Amino acid sequence: MPQDVPVLSVKNITKSFSGVPILKGVSLELREGEIKILIGPSGGGKSTLLQCMNYLVAPDQGQIWLDGEEICITKKRDVYAYRRRVGMIFQDFNLFDHLTAIDNVAIALRKIKKISKKEALIRALKELEMVGLADKGHLYPAELSGGQKQRVAIARALAMDPEVLLLDEPTSALDPELIGEVIAVIRALANKGMTMILATHQIGLIRNLAHEILFMEQGLIVERGTPGELLSRGNPSRTQGFCDRLNELYDEN
Amino acid sequence: MLESLSVIKASLPYLLQGSLLTVGIVIGAMLFGLLLGLAGAVGLVYGNRLVQVVLDFYVWFFRGVPILVLLFLFYFGLFNYLGLNFTAFVSVIIILGMVTGAYQANIFRGAILSLPRGQFKAASALGMSDIQAIVTIILPQVLRISIPAWTNEFSIVLKDSALAFVIGAPEIMGRAQFIASRTYQHLAIYMTAGILYFFLTWIGVSALARLEKKIRIPGYSC
Ligand SMILES: Nc1ncnc2c1ncn2[C@@H]1O[C@H](COP(=O)(O)OP(=O)(O)OP(=O)(O)O)[C@@H](O)[C@H]1O
Ligand SMILES: [Mg+2]
Repeated sequence: MPQDVPVLSVKNITKSFSGVPILKGVSLELREGEIKILIGPSGGGKSTLLQCMNYLVAPDQGQIWLDGEEICITKKRDVYAYRRRVGMIFQDFNLFDHLTAIDNVAIALRKIKKISKKEALIRALKELEMVGLADKGHLYPAELSGGQKQRVAIARALAMDPEVLLLDEPTSALDPELIGEVIAVIRALANKGMTMILATHQIGLIRNLAHEILFMEQGLIVERGTPGELLSRGNPSRTQGFCDRLNELYDEN
Repeated sequence: MLESLSVIKASLPYLLQGSLLTVGIVIGAMLFGLLLGLAGAVGLVYGNRLVQVVLDFYVWFFRGVPILVLLFLFYFGLFNYLGLNFTAFVSVIIILGMVTGAYQANIFRGAILSLPRGQFKAASALGMSDIQAIVTIILPQVLRISIPAWTNEFSIVLKDSALAFVIGAPEIMGRAQFIASRTYQHLAIYMTAGILYFFLTWIGVSALARLEKKIRIPGYSC
């Protein structure tokens, strides 16, 4: 059940790229076990926001709080330490191409957490089991399907024991028949109480997992509410209109 | 004809000794160049403006000046001037290493830029430091991709090493020239020298091809 202090909260994040404001003051909170979905038109700043949330993109202004502590970045080491606590999943997986699936999961444990090779492999195997890929550990990324790659990427992030997981369109690069296996893993994580924020265009797949939907447009969160509130039939919300159009698009295909 | 054969036979051990020196020069220069090239490429891609300017100058200088000029400039000029008493052997390794280092920096730079940007991002997102990401994620892939170009560079350096004779390093060419000028068997001796270079190239290129195969990643295009 959601507790009082948010696991992660960001306040008034702004970001410009070469003078063009992309994020114009975005705030949100994630309580323990909470799952939020970011939707909105392309270019609205969803990816930029998620990347600001783990400092892959340094915000221009704003605060980030993790576990009730404000994150102060004064040197690069602070960024590294912070990122270890926040997992990130990318649209195009970004598995390390020169490492087998199990080494992809184990490498950060060995290099960052300085765990012995043997223990790292044991832990990595456990994470691969969790995503249903215990028998694929010896394969290289190029030998895996898209869905399998994304599950390895999730296992890799989980191995670091992150307090929160940021997922940027985790199923958008997948063939339709492979989406289900990744959604199943995300659902299992939800059931385990993982705190997550997920940007997606495929809202229908996970709306029943979400505690809140955030609709983002032109660098601002312009609407927020539970899926029930925003997506009920006949609701005049932007979110509803946007999702209707998405649905039309997918139905046409 | 018979005379040529006997000269070749008599001088072969002497020339083979020279090839040991050639091999030493090439291995030394290639390894030195590897270090310079990797460091240079990392600096060119990830370094700040100052680092990039300095490295750009290094690359342009060693690409733009003939090796023969560099050998004279450093061996007779700069090293003397600085009071550095390097042997011809060490000097050649340093100069050829600097030259191939400039070319290798460009090879590795291209390879770094050819990797998907997500590789570095994913490493960062896990909490790796920039150096950890470069050493554990970027460079292992870069080295694999670069083997074909590095093999080319090896064969070029091997042949450039023949220039070492001008500063008196007794490698293959130096010794061949010495024998030829005494026996007047130019055709036979330089043919033998050419064949030695050819064989060394062949051995090195085959070894690198084998290495390339051995560390190839299944399903990976490079
Ligand atoms: N590194 C960058 N440099 C310059 N502009 C950028 C950079 N990253 C993002 N942008 C711009 O910021 C805007 C927001 O991009 P962002 O990727 O955050 O949108 P998004 O909501 O994730 O879109 P999509 O749904 O297509 O993924 C875009 O106009 C994009 O061109
Ligand atoms: Mg995006």
